[in-house]
Amino acid sequence: MSLLSPQSIQRIDHEIAKYPADQKRSAVMSALRIAQEQHGWLPRELMASVAEHLELPAIAVFEVASFYEMYNLKPMGRHKLTVCTNVPCALSGADHFCESLKKKLGIGFNEVTADGEFSLKEGQCFGACGDAPVLLVNNHTMHSFMTEEKLDALLKELKS
Amino acid sequence: MTQVIMGGCDGENTWRLKDYVARGGYEALRKVLSGMTPDQVITEVKTSALRGRGGAGFPTGLKWTFMPKNYVGDKYVVCNSDEGEPGTFKDRDILRYNPHALIEGMIIAAFAMGATRGYNYIHGEIWSVYERCEEAIEEARSAGFLGNNILGSSFSFNLYNHHGYGAYICGEETALLESIEGKKGQPRYKPPFPATYGLYGKPTTINNTETFASVPWIIQHGGQAFLEIGRPNNGGSKMFSVSGHVNKPGNYEVPMGTPFATLLEMAGGMRDGRAIKAVIPGGSSMPVLPGHIMMQTDMDYDSIAKAGSMLGSGAVIVMDDTTCMVGMLERLAWFYHEESCGQCTPCREGTGWLYRIIHRIEHGQGRMEDLDLLLSLSDNIQGRTICALGDAAAMPVRSFVNHFRAEFEHHITHKRCLVGSAHSEKAA
Repeated sequence: MSLLSPQSIQRIDHEIAKYPADQKRSAVMSALRIAQEQHGWLPRELMASVAEHLELPAIAVFEVASFYEMYNLKPMGRHKLTVCTNVPCALSGADHFCESLKKKLGIGFNEVTADGEFSLKEGQCFGACGDAPVLLVNNHTMHSFMTEEKLDALLKELKS
Repeated sequence: MTQVIMGGCDGENTWRLKDYVARGGYEALRKVLSGMTPDQVITEVKTSALRGRGGAGFPTGLKWTFMPKNYVGDKYVVCNSDEGEPGTFKDRDILRYNPHALIEGMIIAAFAMGATRGYNYIHGEIWSVYERCEEAIEEARSAGFLGNNILGSSFSFNLYNHHGYGAYICGEETALLESIEGKKGQPRYKPPFPATYGLYGKPTTINNTETFASVPWIIQHGGQAFLEIGRPNNGGSKMFSVSGHVNKPGNYEVPMGTPFATLLEMAGGMRDGRAIKAVIPGGSSMPVLPGHIMMQTDMDYDSIAKAGSMLGSGAVIVMDDTTCMVGMLERLAWFYHEESCGQCTPCREGTGWLYRIIHRIEHGQGRMEDLDLLLSLSDNIQGRTICALGDAAAMPVRSFVNHFRAEFEHHITHKRCLVGSAHSEKAA
């Protein structure tokens, strides 16, 4: 029995339609993203359901999930915060911003807060270097030109 | 000043079809479909001297001629919007503020090469931009610019967005194709090149977002007019992403051949009025140049090559005199190590080695012989891998060590930083 919700399946089918009929496999990245949106992370059983829906061997799905950085292969906090620390961002205060973020959350990179609210990750280039420092919430919401004040407001908003 | 890409893009809804049409959008497509032949389109693009804006600078018109003409079956055009080269953020703005220029450019390119389907591969971390592009394609489809018998002609073309999910390597064109096919993004051996064996094994041409987005203007105004904006062999205007120690980081579209000093001034000059130390003129993979050399250099492919670096994607990373070059190189080395796909031994092992050596120099554990070891390692990576990621990891190392060797030596002998910024006195 599939662990994918009917809504997820509907969204995955919309993605499948973008590719030639014999190339369902092309939708695997979107399908994994949709599955992750449904569940927060990607347990093996959920990936197996994706594989089944796309008529792929489970390993073909798992190797994609483990190759791309934005898939969560283990449980995350309710909000996954990713910060870019690459050179252009570092030149514009990302280091200082990260330090203050770690202090406020009381965790380091690749850790989850005790209350399960936040995970912190160090990201690679987001392609938004002009907006540094940049923070990504749950992969999909980008916050630009971050400051202490904006961070405080954001953390408060996310917690509520 | 003529702006090919972002001209007229002021205001809230410049990304909407209605706005785009009001400023002359899709007129180029009408012109093409009302009488131009595919060869005539390619000739215009060749005349324009448009060169690939993704980093390689390959002549676009010439690339388009590599597609087989009499192929029976599907042919593809693919847009590389997987913009993740540190320092580069121009394609994001094109997709955010002028996505129909890209869509129109791709339709015209598809017509010129006889392609039936296209994909726009969008960088993973810019989700809201992907959503906007989904809407833009829907707008174009509803208006009859995409689909069967476009504008009543016999030409049909369908276009879709594909969303990435975090892998720098997918900016390499064959890794990008693997990724669209639903696989790990590991680059393919070349040859065969994508024009013969591309997406799903079919003839495919991949161009960067800015390259496609330049095409409507070229068709509308002529290749010669585009060429004349820039310099011979360096046609057109170009978007430069300026980041780092400047007052106004952002994208600036200027004619090819604009002096770097002018670009720096447009970006508000140096932050806090400090002295310029170094510039990476074309994205993190390109050799760094000392600031005084850049101040004498113009922003076009040939001028920057003459100065000892490459224009790349047009990402200009500016560093002032407080910057620790060892610390910056350590970050870059870590990035390439993290992003190596692991397929080729020199890159997989070599990038890790580079990182560990630079890390120990930065943290006061370096040895003088490490500097030559770094250069020798770089020599053994560059040119010995399937794709250019190995080169991209090696080129910054060589240029940082060569131009700023004294700073590396100071780190090794004094076990601390020369510039006395936040990077100084690091513990191991």
